[in-house]
Amino acid sequence: MGYREDGLIKLGLYVSYVALALGALFGLLQVLERIPGVTIVSAGTYYLALTAHGVLMALVFTTFFIMSLATYVVTRELGMDTYSPKLNRLSYALVALGTVMAAVPILLGKASVLYTFYPPMKASPFFYIGATVLVIGTWVFAANLLLTVRKWRSAGNSGKLPLGVFGVVATLIIWYIATIGVAIEMLFQLIPWSLGVVERIDPLLARNFFWYFGHPLVYFWLLPAYIAWYTILPRLLNVRLFSDFLARVVFVLFILFSTPVGYHHQFMDPGIEAGWKFLHTTTTFFVFVPSLITAFTITATMEMAARARGGRGLLGWVRALPWRDPVFASIAFAMILFGFGGATGAVNAGNNLNYVVHNTAWIPGHLHLTVGTAVALTFMGLSYLLLPQLVGRELHSRRLALVQVYLWFFGMLLFSSAMHYLGILGSPRRTYDVSFGGAQVAQEWGPFLIAAAAGGVLLFASVALFLYNVLRTITSGARVELQQPGEVPVPEGAPGIVDNFRLFVAIALVLVLIAYLLPTAKIISLGTPGAPPVEIR
Amino acid sequence: MSINRYEKAWLGFSAVMVVAFLSIIGYFSFVAGFQTPQEAEVIDPTRIEEDGRFAEPRVEEVIPGELYNVYMVARMWSYSPKELSVPRGAYVKFYITSPDVQHGFHVVGTNVQANVIPGYVTVITAKFEKPGEYLIVCNEYCGRGHQFMQAKLLVTEG
Ligand code: HEM
Ligand SMILES: [Cu+2]
Ligand SMILES: [Cu+2]
Repeated sequence: MGYREDGLIKLGLYVSYVALALGALFGLLQVLERIPGVTIVSAGTYYLALTAHGVLMALVFTTFFIMSLATYVVTRELGMDTYSPKLNRLSYALVALGTVMAAVPILLGKASVLYTFYPPMKASPFFYIGATVLVIGTWVFAANLLLTVRKWRSAGNSGKLPLGVFGVVATLIIWYIATIGVAIEMLFQLIPWSLGVVERIDPLLARNFFWYFGHPLVYFWLLPAYIAWYTILPRLLNVRLFSDFLARVVFVLFILFSTPVGYHHQFMDPGIEAGWKFLHTTTTFFVFVPSLITAFTITATMEMAARARGGRGLLGWVRALPWRDPVFASIAFAMILFGFGGATGAVNAGNNLNYVVHNTAWIPGHLHLTVGTAVALTFMGLSYLLLPQLVGRELHSRRLALVQVYLWFFGMLLFSSAMHYLGILGSPRRTYDVSFGGAQVAQEWGPFLIAAAAGGVLLFASVALFLYNVLRTITSGARVELQQPGEVPVPEGAPGIVDNFRLFVAIALVLVLIAYLLPTAKIISLGTPGAPPVEIR
Repeated sequence: MSINRYEKAWLGFSAVMVVAFLSIIGYFSFVAGFQTPQEAEVIDPTRIEEDGRFAEPRVEEVIPGELYNVYMVARMWSYSPKELSVPRGAYVKFYITSPDVQHGFHVVGTNVQANVIPGYVTVITAKFEKPGEYLIVCNEYCGRGHQFMQAKLLVTEG
């Protein structure tokens, strides 16, 4: 017996695994196709697969997993069902409906516009409408969880929010602020234009709204991983988190700085002035700070645990950590690779360094360390912990789980290093074949394309092992007693300044206005006649 | 809410690092002049050939050896002109537009790059110091033939 939402939590996880499976299949196809001289599919199929890979991995896998994780954390930490299990069901249904509406045109080749869907390349209207329904579903979902917190409060709980719930609230707030951008883009630009109600669209304005959404989107992925690092890791290691206060500061800093940064994706765009680009560079560097704090807090927490287990020496304590525990190893490796990802992100974030790497293979190199590992590997590791509790069965094989985590780590090191290096050499991303008619420079890319493919094969093998283990666990793991929802420990202390979400939302909105109002008005005032749709060919 | 001594030091280090990065980036942006594209003109993408510059894409010599204008059209899936030649050390001002979808423009091996967005003319200025032959690639996905989009830049001894 668990909570009333547990069925949906499980269902959400399963859907996310299906997305991961398909996404990995397309990923494998991409790395192999890009090897010089190899042709597996046509260019059209490659771009269809790339669209599907981006959407399935970055939107479907993450969103479903995060919805389930957030529900899990809130029900467990507050010790109650959500505000309305009915609303919760509705939200999952909407997200699922939106996913199907968008996925069908993608798989039919009617929406090979990649997951950034830049106009005036036009997809089937179902693609845009589906994505919008998906977002509306997440709004319903977020509202239900926020109402749950409120219900908990009005039940006489006046203390601090448990840290995990605090993190969930921050994530949902960021999501609400972020999705304003994509909602405007969909409702006022893409949907009417794709239906032919208006003839033309301003592609620069669309990019402006897309990246207003696109960057905070990454914190919607990342914060749930942080929640796991902050709340589950200490339990795993049997220690207290090094600093609960700073963990809360981290989530607050993300609320403040995750949105006014989008121009770091548009440094190469015309029509946005240097001053605004530099402002977004500045806020982007500010948003590094909470991750730097996290690196400290989590490392310090690990060190405390290691020393308590007899680890000693300046760095020798690292060996006392439970490296044979797949859940611990997944989080530790996720963090290490995220460290590299942060460093390469600092390159992306500098407005005048960016033009060396913009739109090159460096960018997928970077994003597979961040969302592709810090988030995805954490989620896989968490599954080994959560699934057994949810289905009441033991994990099929801890050994396989451990192998899976190590495979991902080394596979990703190889894949991502090769991709970063290709980027520095100027090899473009999102490209079916980079031979460019045998051009001299393009020939130098060959060895690294092969290295990336080798890494990709390891990653695919890792996903396959993961799915096998999950499937065996669900279907034939040894039965164990389901954990009863026990007494929930309430954190000590009254809410302090960091618990004042209203204040931070207000500041965040002001920062968003400062960062976006004038440059957006400037783009509109340029008054382009706009571009008519171009059907995908 | 006391903060551990080491953690304070780490926060201090983080702050110094952020300030140092921003100062360096700011210096190179605004003092040394390494700037990203920012100028833009608007244009009707369905009528670019009514603009003389794009009716006849070309390299135009403004001041011999010193300033050249390049008028370029990026379309599915080629650039015109396909080959350009400029002398080393000269300022080269690129005006690029697209009549169809978004495109990229990256001179491989250099930091010269820009997004090309229909409805706008992207304007960037560059200077090439090393003579040789450069590959220009489109690095913004533009449809099924995206991988074919390339051009050649010749930087001559001058
Ligand atoms: C089996 C493991 C994986 C492999 C082999 C793989 C491979 C690739 C490759 C080669 C690309 C670049 C293709 C191109 O630019 O032409 C790519 C893009 C991408 N991948 Fe993965 N990937 C894997 C897992 C993941 C995961 C776990 C995520 C996120 C959760 C992810 C998210 C993305 C995204 C967002 C893109 C960018 C798509 C675009 O440019 O439109 N990938 N992947
Ligand atoms: Cu970003
Ligand atoms: Cu292209």
